[in-house]
Amino acid sequence: MLLIRCPYCEEERPELEFRNAGEAHIARSANIAAESDDDFEKFFFIRANPKGVIYERWRHIHGCARFFNAVRDTVTDKFVMTYKAGEPKPEKLPGASK
Amino acid sequence: MNAAFRIPGAGRLSQAKTASFSFDDKSYTGIEGDTLASALLANGVHLVGRSFKYHRPRGFLSAGAEEPNALVQIVRDDARKTPNVRATVQELYDGLTANSQNRWPSLAFDVGAVNDIASPLFSAGFYYKTFMWPKSAWKNLYEPKIRAAAGLGVSPDKPDPDHYAARYAHCEVLVLGGGAAGIAAALAAAETGARVILADEQAEFGGSLRFESGAKIDGENGYSWAQAAVAKLKAMDNVRVLSRTTAFGYYAQNFVGLVERVSDHLKSPGRELARERLWQVRARRVVIATGAIERHMVFANNDRPGVMLASAARTYLNHFGVAVGRNVGVYTANDSAYAAAIDLKKAGVNVAAIVDLRDNPSGPVIDEARALGIEINFGRAVVSAGGKLRVSSMTVQPKNGGGERTIPVDAILMSAGWTPSVHLFSQSRGKVAFNDETKRFVPGTYAQDCVSVGACNGTDGLSATVDEAYAAGAKAAKDAGAKTGKGIKPKVDASESWSRGMLGAAPGAGPGTTVKAFVDFQNDVTAKDIRQAVHEGMRSIEHVKRFTTNGMATDQGKTSNMHGLAIAAEELGKPIPQVGLTTFRAPYTPVTFGSIVGHARGALFDPTRRTATHGWAASHGAVFEDVGQWKRAWYFPKAGEDMHAAVDRECVTVRKTAGLFDASTLGKIEVVGPDAAKFMELLYTNPWEKLEPGRCRYGIMLREDGFIYDDGVVGRLAPDRFHVTTTTGGAPRVMHHMEDYLQTEFPHLNVWLTSITEQWAVIAVQGPKSRDIIAPLVEGIDMSDEALPHMSVREGRICGVPTRLFRMSFTGERGFEVNVPADYGEAVWEALWAEGQKHGAAAYGTETMHVLRAEKGYIIVGQDTDGTVTPNDAGLDWAVGKKKTDFVGIRGLARPDLVAKGRKQLVGLKTKDPKVVLEEGAQIVADPKQAIPMKMIGHVTSSYWSENCGRSIALALVAGGRDRMGETLYVPMPNGTIEVEVTGMVFVDEKGERLNG
Amino acid sequence: MKKYSVFAIAREAMRGHKGWEEQWTSPEPKKEYDVIIVGAGGHGLATAYYLASEHGITNIAVLEKGWLGGGNTGRNTTIIRSNYLYDESAGIYDHALKLWDGLSQELNYNVMYSARGVMMLAHNVHDVQVLKRHVHANRLNGIDNEWLTPEQAKEFCPPLNISKDARYPVMGAALQRRGGTARHDAVAWGYARGASARGVHIIQNCEVTGIKRAANGAVSGVETTRGFIGAKKVGVVAAGHSSVIMNMAGVRMPLESYPLQALVSEPVKPVVPCVVMSNTVHAYISQSDKGELVIGAGTDQYVSYSQTGGLHILQHTLDAICEMFPIFTRMKMLRSWGGIVDVTPDRSPILAKTPVPGLYVNCGWGTGGFKATPGSGHVFAHTIAKDDPHPINAPFTLERFRTGRLIDEAAAAAVAH
Repeated sequence: MLLIRCPYCEEERPELEFRNAGEAHIARSANIAAESDDDFEKFFFIRANPKGVIYERWRHIHGCARFFNAVRDTVTDKFVMTYKAGEPKPEKLPGASK
Repeated sequence: MNAAFRIPGAGRLSQAKTASFSFDDKSYTGIEGDTLASALLANGVHLVGRSFKYHRPRGFLSAGAEEPNALVQIVRDDARKTPNVRATVQELYDGLTANSQNRWPSLAFDVGAVNDIASPLFSAGFYYKTFMWPKSAWKNLYEPKIRAAAGLGVSPDKPDPDHYAARYAHCEVLVLGGGAAGIAAALAAAETGARVILADEQAEFGGSLRFESGAKIDGENGYSWAQAAVAKLKAMDNVRVLSRTTAFGYYAQNFVGLVERVSDHLKSPGRELARERLWQVRARRVVIATGAIERHMVFANNDRPGVMLASAARTYLNHFGVAVGRNVGVYTANDSAYAAAIDLKKAGVNVAAIVDLRDNPSGPVIDEARALGIEINFGRAVVSAGGKLRVSSMTVQPKNGGGERTIPVDAILMSAGWTPSVHLFSQSRGKVAFNDETKRFVPGTYAQDCVSVGACNGTDGLSATVDEAYAAGAKAAKDAGAKTGKGIKPKVDASESWSRGMLGAAPGAGPGTTVKAFVDFQNDVTAKDIRQAVHEGMRSIEHVKRFTTNGMATDQGKTSNMHGLAIAAEELGKPIPQVGLTTFRAPYTPVTFGSIVGHARGALFDPTRRTATHGWAASHGAVFEDVGQWKRAWYFPKAGEDMHAAVDRECVTVRKTAGLFDASTLGKIEVVGPDAAKFMELLYTNPWEKLEPGRCRYGIMLREDGFIYDDGVVGRLAPDRFHVTTTTGGAPRVMHHMEDYLQTEFPHLNVWLTSITEQWAVIAVQGPKSRDIIAPLVEGIDMSDEALPHMSVREGRICGVPTRLFRMSFTGERGFEVNVPADYGEAVWEALWAEGQKHGAAAYGTETMHVLRAEKGYIIVGQDTDGTVTPNDAGLDWAVGKKKTDFVGIRGLARPDLVAKGRKQLVGLKTKDPKVVLEEGAQIVADPKQAIPMKMIGHVTSSYWSENCGRSIALALVAGGRDRMGETLYVPMPNGTIEVEVTGMVFVDEKGERLNG
Repeated sequence: MKKYSVFAIAREAMRGHKGWEEQWTSPEPKKEYDVIIVGAGGHGLATAYYLASEHGITNIAVLEKGWLGGGNTGRNTTIIRSNYLYDESAGIYDHALKLWDGLSQELNYNVMYSARGVMMLAHNVHDVQVLKRHVHANRLNGIDNEWLTPEQAKEFCPPLNISKDARYPVMGAALQRRGGTARHDAVAWGYARGASARGVHIIQNCEVTGIKRAANGAVSGVETTRGFIGAKKVGVVAAGHSSVIMNMAGVRMPLESYPLQALVSEPVKPVVPCVVMSNTVHAYISQSDKGELVIGAGTDQYVSYSQTGGLHILQHTLDAICEMFPIFTRMKMLRSWGGIVDVTPDRSPILAKTPVPGLYVNCGWGTGGFKATPGSGHVFAHTIAKDDPHPINAPFTLERFRTGRLIDEAAAAAVAH
């Protein structure tokens, strides 16, 4: 069971309090009705599914109920960081010197 | 009465406290503190089991959790029969009953042992190469035979009356293993004031100090020091000491699962005590001090009862006061077995000979053994053990060949060296490294905040172990944020020390030999099986393991893995690290399902949700159905009524007078805020901006892909306040879905969402008399059709309590849904029921609700839709706002396949024979004469007998259904084809006049 | 290839089993092959086998980063059934089931396919509706699947708890008698042996690190940890790693990879005579030939390639098992492990050509790929050989997510109202 830091509660809590909500930073178009079939497919179905660093969404569903973003390594399952929804994708990850 | 092999003055048990027990229906006497193994050995019993494949007689290999052979069934009573219990771990209690397993008719004479004679046929993987002809014989003949022969013990056949407990715990330092290393680490950590948990699998702490007679710490005998140190730890407020507790799994982020065996060692545990307790511990730092496990020597017939690990024999003597024989032989490749020989010799047991593979070893233990007059043979090998049900001799030969000599013995104590227990380290995802000099895998790269100390870290010698462990314990506490401790490191005054040994087959069992030299005892894997696997092309150690089943028995290879690896490496001509190590998987030792499950059994398997009127319904004879976690009243049979009769009556009564129905389980969400209407516009297909406060609308929610996700009636209470209802099952996911969009896609909207499902009880009153029933109880709401038309909502009071009163209908009749605070739900129901009685109203359940709504063609999401249905498919296009430029699902709906012709559409079906009720889920075809596989064009989604219509009715999804009105279609059933006519979906009151009737 | 038989065993028994030949060879990779299969799991090996045995293409390399059969093939709970709802699914899974029956003889390798019956339990009215829909659809598709009352279910599986007092009482069951289990390792090994004997190169410990494309965009070969290997046709059969491999060719996939755990108990004498599955209580169980109870757990909720998962997942699973079988609380978990399952949005696989000429993909089997192994390999071999899908796998395209023509087996079991 993972230990996840909620950026709103500013606490590490067990995974049982959270629900994963899929890949992060996939914005819904403001004019979605005008999107092409290809763009809609990319938006709704295509996923990065990376082996390594993933940007993903979690919800502290049995806590503050807020959605937030996390950076995690999908090979080790270790979290690099978490940050609030709406904040930009971090350009540089803590500890990533390379 | 003293058992024959109990040595007076030896061991630590009080001989006064006897315990009687039985094994295979024969009675014996042991001593409190014994394990079943030590008690049987004290009585001279070595033969306790039969092996998996060859049914070879087996005795005790070990004195601990690594035991592969001595598995027995423990019987407390008819319902508490536990298979595959290691006799070396099971503590004795007075009255214990144990039976041997996997033998017939008896342990000493087992018919299955014919497999041993035929064993050349049963080589590694033989079953992949045969049993294929004739084809049907695998299922009918071979497999049943193989299955009957396989398996060890017998599963319990009655529900378990015992219960299992569970605890969560947090600590700064978790110490796994309570030998010298673990205790020293725990002391150092505890002295800092940090929260410490120390756990050990044994009943007593001390680990190898239980048998290491030469250890001295702080001036005391090692074992006594351990007891004193643990007593000191137990007395500290910041320390929790858990004995009989096995750390079985090391999960992500220092999350460790442990099982505490609470009462399996007690004569009468009583009902209060759990059998076991699961501890789930989250630790800042973990100190792994799990020691090492001795390996056996791989030689011919090394599995005969009486052939055991040297450290086991020492444990039986030094801790339990039991001699494992009267005339023992010793076979070793390192120093540790000498200590066993010396201890036994000093206790009066004859040591026939020590056979040492090494050419010219030297050291104090060798000198001491020699001084005691024990015959020592260097550079020699035991090439075979004699005897069948018990070892009777050992055949010794110079290791490079030469003359044989057979020495009579009644036990052989062996040691090929020690394997560090890196299981938990490896489970933590740390990477082990092979030390080529000592030929062992030790912790290499760490993946989590943990540290290994002592023998499991490859540290040899008590002094070095205690130094390392004490420092590690202090550092772990410090790293976890504790202050520096003020304790004093324990001082090791005397210790035993050895390392090295050998891996793989011993002389006489090497390449080219065909003897049965066991590597994995339980699974009957021999050295030659491993070579054969390599010979057949298995180059990965995982292939070797799976092909031979080496290391896959209940001991999970604790004694066999390293030998197997070495033999495979030798055969492949590769260094051991290149062949690789199999993965260590949880659990470290087997754990009961019960301990994992804990309290989540029976009624507590899943929470049960009951509505406010549950008690009333139960006392009025309701039959309940499970809907998600809810218990819902299904129907209310009167005396003599079956479900059919009850539902018919309920259905007719609702349309004739009125009915009361508990609709509380429907999800309810309050959408509030200045942008509430905008939010509703985005989340539902319908338009909302123009809905007047006080009015209601049926809303449809889609997923982004355009398929129907949920539906429900929504009331607008005020310009900025919507009372949304959802399906019963959909409530949590709809809330999640809404929050997702509000928080992440539309955060600019000023809206709050609140789940109010459990806040309001909902009582549906439906039928022509519904207003007459409700009106007398309502205050502050004009109930006239003009003031409260169909699809409207008012706030007021009923029975003196607040209500949100909806005028709405899921039956097609004039109807109301009375929302009241849940605490008043039952009282208001009672009041409505009393009014209803005056009009002859009935209480009705979910089945009647289903029938009545089907008569009106109202859909149920999840029954008439299945996640591939669009609003248009369901005939609900009218509910999609045509002028809207955005809502969730708008783009998905426009995909090519969702607008294509020929999609399945929801229609009504009438059977040509009105008495025939279709089966829900039945498939529909256009041409009943076609051969199988048939072209199916749809299926029946809802189907009922409608007493109101005097016939059956059904809804179905049919390809191009709306263009097929009046067409005859067919429902082929196993006992004949049913003709149906495609109709509209409304079977009662097509004009909808009854809504105001 | 020397034939396996009881006579061969007897012969070998006389000479200490020294005459067995290698089940598959371990050659050095050549510079170029006609076809490269990425991934030596059951599906990849079966693909190579059928390319060789049915399409006469033998100049094939199967590249495996670890050891053959070491991924999901060697980690699953070996359930075989074909009682799927939609025609497309029923088509491919029943194609596989027909091949299972006779696979031991075809491969001359006992894969221990055991038609012990797969029973799926209904615990509420909604389950009954869904399972009956399956039963009816299957019947008209010529696939056996029959409805059982709770009492009949218990007769078929005596340890099952059908008490009305259970938290979720059994209301009935759908039984596919042809369903059952097989020995997972033997499937990989049998196909490997058969393919190797026909000249296929199985190259283990050879990780693909890149996919090369020629100037015209078509595939020209793969970069590996053992150097470049050329081929005009590359079939990717990499299960949990499909996204990673396909990305190398610039194709982004509608896939997510999740940890899936399973466990076995200590071996006991026969007690569970069939496979029992429950979607509502959420667990499935069978008993292996060795006597271990084989139990499937759910997926963890997050994308991961770690091949491990949380203890709470196993807990939920064992809760469910002990709910269905209260007699098992004293049984012990012997071993647990994790695999990586690649899941598509509609829970159906992708077996198709890709936008890149010469590149083919077989993935997205989620938690249910083992049962399809022979059928999947068979039609994927056809797809590669003919550069055109077999009618059976034609619906399982990559494009269906764009068009909306999904094969949504998960949605068909929509949650209860």
